[in-house]
Amino acid sequence: MLSNQEVAEELVKKFGDDVYDFEEPYGLLTLTTTREQIIPILEYLFHHDRFKINFLTDITGIHYPDSPGQEFAVVYHIHSLTQNFRVRIKVFLAEADIHIPTATPLYASANWMERETYDFFGIIFDGHPDLRRILNIEEMDYFPMRKQYPMEDATRQDKTDALFGR
Amino acid sequence: MADIELVPNKNFPARKDHPELVGELTTLNLGPTHPATHGIFQNILQMDGEKIVSGEQTIGYIHRAFEKIAERRPFYQITTLTDRMNYCSSPINNFGWHMTVEKLLGIEVPKRAQYIRVILMELARISDHLICNGILGVDSGAYSGFLYLMEKREEIYEIYEEICGARLTTNMGRIGGMERDFSNEALRKIREMLKTLPPVLKEFENLFNRNRIFMDRTINVGPISAERALSYGFTGPNLRAAGVDYDVRVMNPYSSYEDFDFIIPVGQSGDTYDRFMVRNEEMWQSMRIIEQAMNNLPEGPFFADAPEYYLPPKQEVYRSMEALIYHFKIVMGEIDAPVGEVYHSVEGGNGELGFYLISDGGRTPYRLHFRRPSFIYYQAFPEMCKGTTLSDAILIMSSLNVIAGELDA
Amino acid sequence: MSSVKMVEAPDGYSGAGFFATSLDQVIGMARSHSLWPLPFATSCCGIEFMATMGAHYDISRFGSERPSFSPRQADLLMVMGTIAKKMAPVVKQVYLQMAEPRWVMAVGACASSGGIFDTYSVLQGIDRIIPVDVYVPGCPPRPEQILEGLMQVQELTRNESLRRRNSEEYQHLLESYKIQ
Repeated sequence: MLSNQEVAEELVKKFGDDVYDFEEPYGLLTLTTTREQIIPILEYLFHHDRFKINFLTDITGIHYPDSPGQEFAVVYHIHSLTQNFRVRIKVFLAEADIHIPTATPLYASANWMERETYDFFGIIFDGHPDLRRILNIEEMDYFPMRKQYPMEDATRQDKTDALFGR
Repeated sequence: MADIELVPNKNFPARKDHPELVGELTTLNLGPTHPATHGIFQNILQMDGEKIVSGEQTIGYIHRAFEKIAERRPFYQITTLTDRMNYCSSPINNFGWHMTVEKLLGIEVPKRAQYIRVILMELARISDHLICNGILGVDSGAYSGFLYLMEKREEIYEIYEEICGARLTTNMGRIGGMERDFSNEALRKIREMLKTLPPVLKEFENLFNRNRIFMDRTINVGPISAERALSYGFTGPNLRAAGVDYDVRVMNPYSSYEDFDFIIPVGQSGDTYDRFMVRNEEMWQSMRIIEQAMNNLPEGPFFADAPEYYLPPKQEVYRSMEALIYHFKIVMGEIDAPVGEVYHSVEGGNGELGFYLISDGGRTPYRLHFRRPSFIYYQAFPEMCKGTTLSDAILIMSSLNVIAGELDA
Repeated sequence: MSSVKMVEAPDGYSGAGFFATSLDQVIGMARSHSLWPLPFATSCCGIEFMATMGAHYDISRFGSERPSFSPRQADLLMVMGTIAKKMAPVVKQVYLQMAEPRWVMAVGACASSGGIFDTYSVLQGIDRIIPVDVYVPGCPPRPEQILEGLMQVQELTRNESLRRRNSEEYQHLLESYKIQ
């Protein structure tokens, strides 16, 4: 069994100041890195002969409109099936420069996860083979999961404020 | 036979006689409302004769914006959303979500509630696999197996009805336990189910397992190697069919799964037949788990002692002030959750169903992301059906058990 | 004694060797007992429709033995499940491909009104794009409710005048949906 401490130390030894903000919410090793280092870290953990963290569980995005310069976060959950060890890696991006390299060469499953993240948040994955919208209609001109956009369908007539006491 | 010479028909020239036709591809649009797709997704296939050269999927035809809705709803109202995600096995989704919130809030659920959850989750797994395997039979041309299995699935729905009143979108349980205990009738129905399902399943297996036609249609159809399956993020029965024994129930036991004795069936080649067999065997294992849970069902409360999150009994609400206040606050969604981020996963009908919940201390999640197994492994479909015929592609699709609601969220 | 149940004859005059009634009623009776549904199942309600098709509830008893997956041969469009905005053109296309007379049944809350999914991506009820005859409430409706909905369509079919589809009122209805 791997311990969080062990993996964290190994990462710090290898990547130095590029990995920071180590946390353990509910026992899951969480760390933050820069977008330049994210793919090297994923590759390092993938090919590490003891950790073998080579299963991509999930990629998703988060929008923090109130933290300037770090409006978007891309979260990677990776998992080592042999060691049963999970790591969560976050990369923060600024809205003005919302680019991050793709993980598709490493994981085939990253393809749609990145497309979904692009569809919801507009995060651009550089080098992605086919970065298009996946769930929403192609004509959509905004990224609906960003906090400023409303959830409700704009065409509803019957939900007036008078009826709902708003 | 040897003396009969086949004369080529002039009206239907063989391709080899017409070099200009070789390499000409047909585009076939399979879906979004094709009866064989069992759900709404589109596959645009490039066909060379009957062989599939390449394929591309379009999804999102029932995208319902679950994640956006979840940011506007109190925690207990999100259960209704999870129902509608994988509607073939709703209880697993419900309890998966409840366990995620319980993890965030730090609630320890009593043993009896955990066992009740296990029983219901395994029933859900059986009903999910019943549909998948039944439909796989229909797609390979055997309708009768489906009719047998649907009859049993109807009985599972009756058990759900006895427990929560709903059949399909169960909305079962609450954050902190169950909303009620099993009634005697429910216990009786589950026991009866354990007795009547095996003969039906046995008969179904007799019809299919060694059926020459079925074997010819499925063996070596759409195989995927363990390596590719892992790269594509396969989990659940589809990954196990490729020979990887990854099961969340064993790897990261939740809800007391460590108490039960069961095996993880694995396949070898990851083809359609292996997926079918793995699902069949999983149903037997699920029955074993249910039986163990029924025999060892602990006594005690069926909900946790967490009055600020678990709705008080109605009689209490009429009698005591605190209960009334808690009742009001919970129903109006005025419970503040602690700050934190949780990833919790359960073994859904199709694989690892994960919930990534970020709470900023408010009354609704700040962000909730569902890791939906169908969405992730459906990307592998073009690779799996490349070089096969169209009729095989249909079988591969139904053996993957892609649920449109889970695919699009 | 045969156990086969016969449909009651429509109102009319009968005498020695003859029975007279209006053509409308005879055709209505025949149609109502051989409605070929087109199951347009997208999500959860589709699973309940599968239960309705199964041996337990058996939709075939109502003359819907053959689900017609081709819109050209279908009489009844059963829209079951959420229709997203991405899907809406497809529903309309399917409706346009059906031949008159055609009926539409919106099964479940999502098809009727958008249901709990009042979001940017979901069509708020299919009656925004095609005319609907019968709405079946529920999320999802029980198979009994789907059968009840089907029986309501049968009732409509039985009593529909043969001229209704040529009437000006009907043309106006179609025009309001921009259907020619």
